[in-house]
Amino acid sequence: MSTAARVTPDAFVADVQAPIAVRIQDVSKTFRLPHQKYSTLKERALHPLRSRTFEELRAAREISVEIGRGEFFGIVGRNGSGKSTLLKCLAGIYEPDKGQIDVNGRLSPFIELGVGFNPELTARENVLINAIMLGLTRKQARDRFDEIIAFAELEDFLDLKLKNYSSGMSVRLGFSVAVQTDADILLVDEVLAVGDAAFQQKCFEQFEQLKAAGKTIVFVTHDMSAVERFCDRAMLIERGEVVSIDEPAKIARQYNQLNFGRIVHADVEGERSGDQSAEIRAAWFEDIGFQRQAAVPQGEFVHVCVEIAFHEDMEDPIFGWVLRNDSGLAAMVSTTHIHNRHTGSFKAGDSIVARTGFAMRLAGNRYTLSPSVARRGVGSDVVDVREDMVTLLVHSSHITGGVVDLEQSFEIVEAAQ
Amino acid sequence: MTAAVAARRVAASAETRRFWALTWTLAVTDWKLRFYGSVLGYVWSLARPFLLFGVIFLVFSEFAKLGDDVPHYPVYILFALVLFQFFAETTGNGLSSLVDREHLLRKVRFPRLVIPLAITLTSVFNVLMTLAAVMVFAVANGVYPRWSWLQLPLLLALLIMLSLGVAMLLSALFVRYRDLAPIWEVISQALFYASPVLYVTTMVPESFQHAYLASPIAALFAQMRHAIIDPTAPSAAEAIGGAYRLLIPLGIVVIAFVLGWWVFHREAPRIAENL
Repeated sequence: MSTAARVTPDAFVADVQAPIAVRIQDVSKTFRLPHQKYSTLKERALHPLRSRTFEELRAAREISVEIGRGEFFGIVGRNGSGKSTLLKCLAGIYEPDKGQIDVNGRLSPFIELGVGFNPELTARENVLINAIMLGLTRKQARDRFDEIIAFAELEDFLDLKLKNYSSGMSVRLGFSVAVQTDADILLVDEVLAVGDAAFQQKCFEQFEQLKAAGKTIVFVTHDMSAVERFCDRAMLIERGEVVSIDEPAKIARQYNQLNFGRIVHADVEGERSGDQSAEIRAAWFEDIGFQRQAAVPQGEFVHVCVEIAFHEDMEDPIFGWVLRNDSGLAAMVSTTHIHNRHTGSFKAGDSIVARTGFAMRLAGNRYTLSPSVARRGVGSDVVDVREDMVTLLVHSSHITGGVVDLEQSFEIVEAAQ
Repeated sequence: MTAAVAARRVAASAETRRFWALTWTLAVTDWKLRFYGSVLGYVWSLARPFLLFGVIFLVFSEFAKLGDDVPHYPVYILFALVLFQFFAETTGNGLSSLVDREHLLRKVRFPRLVIPLAITLTSVFNVLMTLAAVMVFAVANGVYPRWSWLQLPLLLALLIMLSLGVAMLLSALFVRYRDLAPIWEVISQALFYASPVLYVTTMVPESFQHAYLASPIAALFAQMRHAIIDPTAPSAAEAIGGAYRLLIPLGIVVIAFVLGWWVFHREAPRIAENL
C-alpha cells in the first residue's frame, strides 16, 4: 500500500494487543462562526434576521481511531487542521456534535500547564489548587507536595509568590503537578515547546517512564523529530479529516510533503532504500552545546546527528547526508567517502551516533536532512537511506536569495590607471 | 452488585468528592485573594457595610427622621444591608464568573457548576464573618439573643438558594449576552430600593403590603426583623396576610433556583466554546 493513499478510518484496525485506552468513533465537531458576532440584546433586537447567517467551520470530520493502552500516539497536522479541537473533545472540554469517545481510565490533560495558577499566591498554594483542578483529592495533593516540588527543582522557592517566578519556573511547576496526577492517559498539547532544553529533555524522559509504566500518551505536535523519536504510531490530520494513521516515520514524511507541497526527488524510489543491514534509527540537529534544536540562527555551529544500528558486521562504512532546501536543491552534501576516512569497524548489534559539525552558513530557509549509510567498496552499495527525515530551520536576519551566506569583505579601491 | 456497578459507584463518589473539593478550594482561594496584600485584611470586609451603614443611618434616621417609631432601627438597617449585599455580591460576581474564568474552562474538564457555586460559597464566608460582627453590634444596641434567632440559618439558606439560582442563570446567559452586565446592575440597584433595606416593611402603605411581600427579599427581611430584631413587628406570614400566601415568595425562590439550574445545565456543555 502506498503511503500517500488515504487510510479510511473505518478500514484501520489498531494492531495493539492491549485493550483499548481511547476509542474515538466518527467524531465530528462543527463550530458556528457568525459572520458578525451578535452578542448584545440590542443587536439581536435590531437585526433579528441578519444574525441567522453564519459560517460552519468543520474542525473535525468523522474522525475514528483506537489508541491502545500503553501506546505513545502522535497527532500531527498543520495549524488549523483540527488537532487541538480533537484533543479538546478528548479532554471533555468540547462536546462533539456527532460520534462517540470512550476513554478507559483517568485522563490528565497537559493542554496547558499550571491551569488555575494565580500569580498572587505562593508555589505551595498554587500546587494544591492545580492538583485539585487536575483531579487529586486535597489529601493526595498534600501528600505528593514534596515530590512535586522536588521534580520541579523548586525547593528553595516554596513560599515565593508565583509572580516572582520566571516563566520557566512556573512551567516546571505546572508540569510537575500534571505528572503527579496518576492519570492513565496523558493528553499532551505541545507543552514541551516551552521551557529550556534541559527541561524538555526531562519531560521526555518522564514521558518515557510513564510509557514504561503502561500509561497511554496522546501527543499533539508539529515537531516531527519528537514524533519519530517517541511515538509508536501517529495520525496525520488535515482540514479535520484523518489523512493517515501509520508508523511515525511515514507520517513525518507525509507531513513534510503536505507542508512543503512537493515530492522531494525522483531519483530514489520510495522514501527508503538499501538492504538496511545497518539501519538509520533517528536523526536530529544539535547546537554547539549538544542540545537538540529544530532551528538554529545562521552563523551558529551545528551538529548533524544520525543514529545508526548495525544488524551485521561492517568495516569502514560510509556515512553521509544531504541537506535540501525548500525548493529541493541539495544545498550541502557531506560524506565520509570524500575524505576517505576510516570510520571504524562495527559489530552486529552496535548502535552509534554519527555527528558532523560545521558552522551554518546556509541561507535562511527550511532544510530537510536525508541521511544515508553505504558499504565501502566498489560502487558503494547503499545500506540505508532515509529521505527527508528531519527538518531544520535556519533563521537569519536577511534574505539574499542565494543558497549560502559566506562571510565576506567589501572594499572600494581606486582602479589602477 | 456486579463489579462494574461497584466500580461505577466508586467513580461517581470520586466525582462527587472532586466536585466539592474543587468548589471549596476555589471559594477559599477567592476569599483569601480578596484581602491579599491589604494591611487590614478582614477589617475591610466589615468596613464596607459599616461605613455605608453609618452614612445611611445619618441621612435616614437622623436627618430624615424616618425610623423614629421603629425599635432598633439602626440594627435593622445594618442587618438588611449586610444580607442585601450578600445577594448583590453573589449575583453580580456570579454574572461574570464563567467569563472571568475562561482560562480554566477552556483548559480543564470539570463540572461547570463549580464556578457559580464557588462564587456563592465565597460570599457565604463573607456574610457569615460580617454577621458575626453585626451580632455584636446588635447586642451592644440592646437586641438580645432569643430562641427565634434559630430561624436565621433557615432564612439565610433561602437567601442563598435565591442568590445561587439567579447567579447560575446570569452566569450561563452572560456567556452569550454580554449586555446583561449593565442591565443587571440597574436591576440590582432597583431591587435595593424596592427591598426593605432603608425602610421597614410596615412603612409600605397598607394597600400594597400583600403584593409587596410577594418579593422573596421583602418577605425574608420582614421575617428577619420579626425573628431577630423586634418580636413586636409582624412576621412575614402576618404581613402578607396568611401563612399560605407565603407560598408565593417561597415559590419564587424555588422557581429562580430551578430555572437557574436548568438553564445552566442546558448551556454547560457548550460554555467552553462560546466563551
